[in-house]
Amino acid sequence: MNEKYLYSLIAVIALFLLAYAGVEAAGLQYLFGIIIPYLAIITFVVGFAMRIMDWASSPVPFRIPTTCGQQKSLPWIKHNKIDNPFTGGAVVIRMILEILFFRSLFRNTKCKMNEGPRISYVWEKWLWLFSLAFHYAFLTTLIRHLRFFLEPVPFLLQILEKVDGFLQIGLPGVLISGVVLLAAVIFLLLRRILIPQIRYFSLAADFFPLFLIIGIAVSGIMMRYFTKVNIVGVKELTMGLVTFHPHIPEGIGAIFYVHVFFVSVLLAYFPFSKLMHMGGVFLSPTRNLPTNTRAYRHINPWNPEVKIHTYQAYEDDFREKMIEAGLPVEKEL
Amino acid sequence: MNDKNRITFGLIVFIAIVTFPFWYNLGKASSAPELKLSEKAKAAKECVKPKEIMRQEHMQILDLWRDTVVRDANRAYKSGSGKTFGMSLSSGEESCLGCHESKTEFCDKCHNYASVAPYCWTCHIAPEEKKPEENKPEENK
Repeated sequence: MNEKYLYSLIAVIALFLLAYAGVEAAGLQYLFGIIIPYLAIITFVVGFAMRIMDWASSPVPFRIPTTCGQQKSLPWIKHNKIDNPFTGGAVVIRMILEILFFRSLFRNTKCKMNEGPRISYVWEKWLWLFSLAFHYAFLTTLIRHLRFFLEPVPFLLQILEKVDGFLQIGLPGVLISGVVLLAAVIFLLLRRILIPQIRYFSLAADFFPLFLIIGIAVSGIMMRYFTKVNIVGVKELTMGLVTFHPHIPEGIGAIFYVHVFFVSVLLAYFPFSKLMHMGGVFLSPTRNLPTNTRAYRHINPWNPEVKIHTYQAYEDDFREKMIEAGLPVEKEL
Repeated sequence: MNDKNRITFGLIVFIAIVTFPFWYNLGKASSAPELKLSEKAKAAKECVKPKEIMRQEHMQILDLWRDTVVRDANRAYKSGSGKTFGMSLSSGEESCLGCHESKTEFCDKCHNYASVAPYCWTCHIAPEEKKPEENKPEENK
């Protein structure tokens, strides 16, 4: 066993027991249903903003994009406009493709040693595929949950839920995003556990969010399909939170408080962790800068002011002495 | 490079999106719908299963009943207290809506609140409000 994923797993189990026992045995519904969610959302928003502003005040003096194509050069050399962007517009296109389709991850390859020894790079798209599935399923799940926080529920949200559940398997109908989310996050976890090189450089901070998200997905799926909760009571609670009239309705199962506690922990943990790649991806200087270093001169904004003494000024100062010594001057007396 | 203004703008947009539920519901007092039982249901006093189970699991009971009726042609359900009910959503006095007469009051209120859109009514026809009908066609499956 590897202590890094063991610690993370134990942490998530402890969180589960904390919330479950807190609600079932100690009756701390008010703490787990109202106080902790409020604190978590405040921590998330304030922490996120502070982290971003901290990054925004870090200087990026020079253009350091990682390029994947031919830079704009002589007219007869074909320029790769997206992978080596020259203008702001091309950078925007590059960023959109990166953020929506994970283009850099698509380039992922696996390095393999053959006989010889000769090295070869092998097709490896699974990480890209499951990451994409994971992120979009998570986004869909997140948007779907707005039905608990909006009253009346907007029409588009009802459409989304209909599309998500269009397979109409069982009752309540299976929602595709939930299944895909759980499957993809388990893939991402197994990848870290089973591949030795990746296990070697994975830290507890890599495993913890994965276990936590698995906890969130499993508790949500349990609630919807198996143990059941009083859904009208749940919405009463969540609507109380967003309208600032919080109260605890009777008869919501403990599993709901576990789910909310997991989500609260995820939100509060977010600004202090690798999950900040959500904001960070927009700020990565290796992606969001054009490669126009050959065409424009970039002056470091905090270069110190250097006192310069030009040749003209030098000659003005010493012209007479120079002529006396027989040195050539540009301007005669 | 100084992109602080642009980054701040992006951050404000992000925070506006994250806090969307708070300002969407601003000034609206939310209250969960009160379930109104029909006179007939009040008089009957008991449903096929206890109230808590019915509230949380009625969809699974209906799903099971549909299969039982369609596949096994078994239309009678004997509850725990020994009473017999018709395994039907909307036809006959013994059906769900035979007792809970109003779909808008009994079904839609909570379904709309929780944004649940069951597909019962793509096949079934809801009984006309206030006057239960006798000659509904059998479940057209």
